[in-house]
Amino acid sequence: MSVPSPGYAAPVPVLALGDVLLVTLQGDLHDDTAERLRQDLTRRIARHSGGRVTGVVIDISGVEVVDSYLGRVLAEIAASARLLAARTVLTGMRPAVAITLVELGLTLPGLLTALDVERALELLSGPDPAGARAPDAEGGG
Amino acid sequence: MSEHDAAPGAAAQQVRAFLERRREQIAQRWADAPLFRTVFTVSRDEAVEASKAVADALAAVAASGRLEDITAAGYGTVREQLGRTAAARARTGCSPARIADEVAALRAPAAELLRAEFPDPAAPRAQECLLALALLMGTLRLVVMETALSTGEDLIERQRQQLLEATTPVIKLWDGIIAVPLIGTLDSARSQVVMENLLDAVVAERARYAILDITGVPTVDSLVAQHLMKTVAAARLMGAECVVSGIRPAIAQTIVHLGIDLGAIVTRARLSDALVYALRRLDVEISGPVPAVAGRP
Repeated sequence: MSVPSPGYAAPVPVLALGDVLLVTLQGDLHDDTAERLRQDLTRRIARHSGGRVTGVVIDISGVEVVDSYLGRVLAEIAASARLLAARTVLTGMRPAVAITLVELGLTLPGLLTALDVERALELLSGPDPAGARAPDAEGGG
Repeated sequence: MSEHDAAPGAAAQQVRAFLERRREQIAQRWADAPLFRTVFTVSRDEAVEASKAVADALAAVAASGRLEDITAAGYGTVREQLGRTAAARARTGCSPARIADEVAALRAPAAELLRAEFPDPAAPRAQECLLALALLMGTLRLVVMETALSTGEDLIERQRQQLLEATTPVIKLWDGIIAVPLIGTLDSARSQVVMENLLDAVVAERARYAILDITGVPTVDSLVAQHLMKTVAAARLMGAECVVSGIRPAIAQTIVHLGIDLGAIVTRARLSDALVYALRRLDVEISGPVPAVAGRP
């Protein structure tokens, strides 16, 4: 992850599904790419052509290693999206990745999580509890 | 073999010749020794056969002259034979020391026969041969002890593994609800296995709720609580909510006394309460009487 990519970081495609943005991360993510994704996403949420963005789904089923940097970027994306009134759901985390993150102490308390994209869309289509989030996300921050 | 070993070497060869010549008589006597008699209770012939195998192996070792070497080739064949015998004795509750004594008891009958070989048992030659036999038997005793101990270690390792697997099953209670009844003390190794099994089951069963039942956990200290919180956090990262159930009154008090904050975790007194909680969250309609919430009958 620490190998600097020369010059321009390859952009991560961001798909718009109605009022939800879907991002699929694949393989090892360079720090630059993660940084670029953060900027892209915030911009897309703010200037979405099809009206308001209510949710962002980040699918990491293709990611085998999540380090502390990517973990922080994901948390920051969620926090920024929250400021723009969008909920962020992290989906498809592998068991091994979850164990590593917990061992690192990165429990990502600000993020919503779902098993897969389908569940994430289901979660986002439900009512936004806004201040009153799911009990499992409470008090973790 | 260095020079001063030459005489014992000759004695070893003589012992070998003796063992081969008197094989039958030695085996007959050993078959009556406690070591063989107690294992081969059904057939004396089997005991004789086993004794012969041991005598042959000893002769092979004597032929090689390496009387004190427990890795000598000859012991390889008796290792299995005596290992089985010793294991059979150990299963009947025999201590390793007792088994060693029984192996040592094989020496006297053989030594008696050997002594009878010589017209003058006090002659230096006879003494050397007896010494060689004693060495041989001493090494045999070591081999048996080693085999018995390593069998024990294998057994302990295997049982530890079985315990690990047997005590961490993941049960599917409902569509989308899984439960892990934890039994016994949670240490780092166990909690790692529990976490892995649980997360794999979350994926396999597409579970939304995972119930960790700690009714069978005798004590909860800060370390166990930390393991629990890690498991809950990992499950949440996978998109499943954990409910901890089965916290006994004494454990609840301990947790409070230790100042452990389980506030972020949904807890229920009993497994049934946790199941009701998960079913309600899944919008499953429960018809008929719902079990009373513990503490509020």
